[in-house]
Amino acid sequence: MSKYENETLLELFIFETLELITQLENIALESEYGNAIGEKINEIFRIVHTIKSSASMMNFDNIASLSHSLEDVFYYIRENEPKNVNYSVLTDIVLRGADFIKNAINQFQAGHESIQDVSVIVREINEFLALLKNNDTPIYPQSGNAFSLNNEGLSKTYDDSGKNRFKALIFFEDGCEMENIRAFNVLHSLEKTAEIIGYSPKDIVENPKSAEVIRKNGFKVEFFSELAIDDVKTVLSEVIFLKELKLELVDPPSTDRNPAGDNNNDQESSRSTVKQSMISVSVSKLDKLMDLVGELVISQAMVIQNPELEGLNLDSFYKASNQLQKLTNELQDTVMSMRMVPLSATFRKMQRVVRDMEKKLNKKIKLEIIGGETEVDKNIIEHLSDPLIHLIRNAADHGIEPVEERAGKGKPATGKITLEARNEGGDVWIFVKDDGRGMDKKSILQKAKQKGLIKKPENELTEREIFSFIFMPGFSTKEEITEFSGRGVGMDVVIKNIEKIGGNVQIDSIYGIGTTVSIKIPLTLAIIDGMKVRVGKSVYVIPITSIKESSKVQESAIIRDEANNSEMVMLRDTCCQVIRLHDFFKVKSDTVNLTEGVIVVVESEGRLACLFADELMGVQQVVVKALPGFIKKVQGISGCTVMGNGSVSLIIDVPGMMNTS
Amino acid sequence: MAEMREGEEEMEEDTQKGKYLTFLLDKEVYAIEIKYVTEIIGFQPITEVPELPDYIKGIINLRGKIIPVMDVRLRFKKQPAEYNDRTCIIVIDVQNISVGLIVDNVSEVLSISDDSIVPPPEISRGTENRYIKAIGKVENDVKLILDCNKLLSDKDVENLDHVNVS
Repeated sequence: MSKYENETLLELFIFETLELITQLENIALESEYGNAIGEKINEIFRIVHTIKSSASMMNFDNIASLSHSLEDVFYYIRENEPKNVNYSVLTDIVLRGADFIKNAINQFQAGHESIQDVSVIVREINEFLALLKNNDTPIYPQSGNAFSLNNEGLSKTYDDSGKNRFKALIFFEDGCEMENIRAFNVLHSLEKTAEIIGYSPKDIVENPKSAEVIRKNGFKVEFFSELAIDDVKTVLSEVIFLKELKLELVDPPSTDRNPAGDNNNDQESSRSTVKQSMISVSVSKLDKLMDLVGELVISQAMVIQNPELEGLNLDSFYKASNQLQKLTNELQDTVMSMRMVPLSATFRKMQRVVRDMEKKLNKKIKLEIIGGETEVDKNIIEHLSDPLIHLIRNAADHGIEPVEERAGKGKPATGKITLEARNEGGDVWIFVKDDGRGMDKKSILQKAKQKGLIKKPENELTEREIFSFIFMPGFSTKEEITEFSGRGVGMDVVIKNIEKIGGNVQIDSIYGIGTTVSIKIPLTLAIIDGMKVRVGKSVYVIPITSIKESSKVQESAIIRDEANNSEMVMLRDTCCQVIRLHDFFKVKSDTVNLTEGVIVVVESEGRLACLFADELMGVQQVVVKALPGFIKKVQGISGCTVMGNGSVSLIIDVPGMMNTS
Repeated sequence: MAEMREGEEEMEEDTQKGKYLTFLLDKEVYAIEIKYVTEIIGFQPITEVPELPDYIKGIINLRGKIIPVMDVRLRFKKQPAEYNDRTCIIVIDVQNISVGLIVDNVSEVLSISDDSIVPPPEISRGTENRYIKAIGKVENDVKLILDCNKLLSDKDVENLDHVNVS
């Protein structure tokens, strides 16, 4: 692709455009629910316009022409405020356009030229615009007239609601030369915060002689801005070679404006300042920082717990080291918080999923989002989106009943799916709740029996155990297969993905009333709480999240199965298999008798196992590191960590270990 | 810091040319091009990792970076030796993979001019030969120059096993 010489430019374009598209989708969906666009129109316009200009800068003609036609539609809506807009159709069109651009971008990322034909969508958009124009009966014909009058008088017209109109007269310093170019610069810097109505002299760019005029009469500019007069003054006074600035408010905003509008403006302006105080940092840099902090924590432990300090009386040393410890803890928290991202973006993506399902399945579904501000580590969020899509689709497809059926049951016609997140201790809980038909225990049991999944007497199964059968691969009670679900793949993928990020899933359901899927995920992956266990000379770390309990065993509780060469331990009423860590990792250990060592009961996918180790060495926060790339994936090991004394310990991958043994 | 070292490396490219780090395994002297060598550290406790070929002894913590270590004796199918206080780990960086090589001891940095380097003899079908890129003559001694890429590549291991079986 010699055409794109500047690869980073392309990268930036892709990043920015994808971000904008997501925003656009969200606004479109919101406007559909609220059946109005209102204040958001300006934002949409800005987004579409940005996409258009950056696409044409990158020579992506199809994206440019698509966004151009979208821009036309929104321009019309903004300027003429038509009343009979079918927002559902509009949203459809916007989403289709967004999909098109996303596809095109995917192709660019894969290094292909986009060959999609844009004309179909563009034609549709134009038809919609034509329809809009025909239907349009302006409610306020007067404002329409005023609009056309204004149009003649000024070079550009803008809706001035909530904005101040300013008039500025600018003189540049004597002898600074090229006043016309400087005037242009002024316009340019104003454009960021203001909408320019007009300026004089008009021909500053084309006509170098205008410099003379500016020198004599000054440069006059009129504009709207949301900023207060003082702020505008600050902006303008930053102009280089400024000699004199006269700034006045032309017509102050009328006091009888509705308070709601003012509030919106406040919000908008405060948001724009927030935006400016944000910078985007590449994740790899954050990872590096995280690594360094991890190192710092380890080396601090090495210093403070140094064996050479033993027996010495070092009051001021310990005072200083306490201080250091406090600072490193704070540093660690700050770095962790930098990696935290609110779930709201992922949750809002689900709006789209629900809408698509609604249209395809012909059901009425409303998605309610609670606790979108809950923050989770960036790495975890990436793994969360697919499982959530699966769960939401499942809820919409299997859970929520068709409208007639709901009416028969006396439920409201619109089904409700609730997506809720909340913090609880060191974990984040995410609930996907629907008020649909719920799960039928009997049919799940029957199906499980058919597939031979039931391993213990039926009457001993708890409700949750029964429901968790649907997470088994190839399990689907739904007879017919729809486009979205029912193929038996999905639920097992959900649980795999969630376990990959150290979480687990539970289901509660009441037949006829609804189903709740609860997902528990850790806040972060980078640092986990681990139980250190010693096996021979090696120390291994077991993630606390998978540990249920640990204990010594009595000889009487041990069951030996000579035929299969396996051992089991009776724990209260359940019997679970023993995995001897020294056998599994093939390390030498003097402790071979089960009663001498200690067993750690771990749980994964609802199954239990006992890990046998020599002794427990306590709980510690460990910084998870990947095994070096040179070493291939090792069964039963998820990574490694550096201990306080500088040695390396392996972190046990409980699900992986249980699947191999 | 790593970047700085790389930068220096580039600058020193010329001065590094023709320089070799030599080390001992048994009685033979081996040499590796100095540009691959990151540093030499003393022997330190190794964390064993299951399921690895026997010549990968495990992983160590090199100032926060976890790197695998390879016993070169075992890699060359030599008799394993007890590790002692002369045992060294040479950390090499090949194609951005850092690996520690456990060797009996490190001797010196030598300059070997290009014209005293000859290709390895073809006759010997011994296993060691696969890792020898060339042979350097220094006065009356012979230094075996190692091919670091082959030392690390797994494909070669399969070939090696194959050779041994047949």
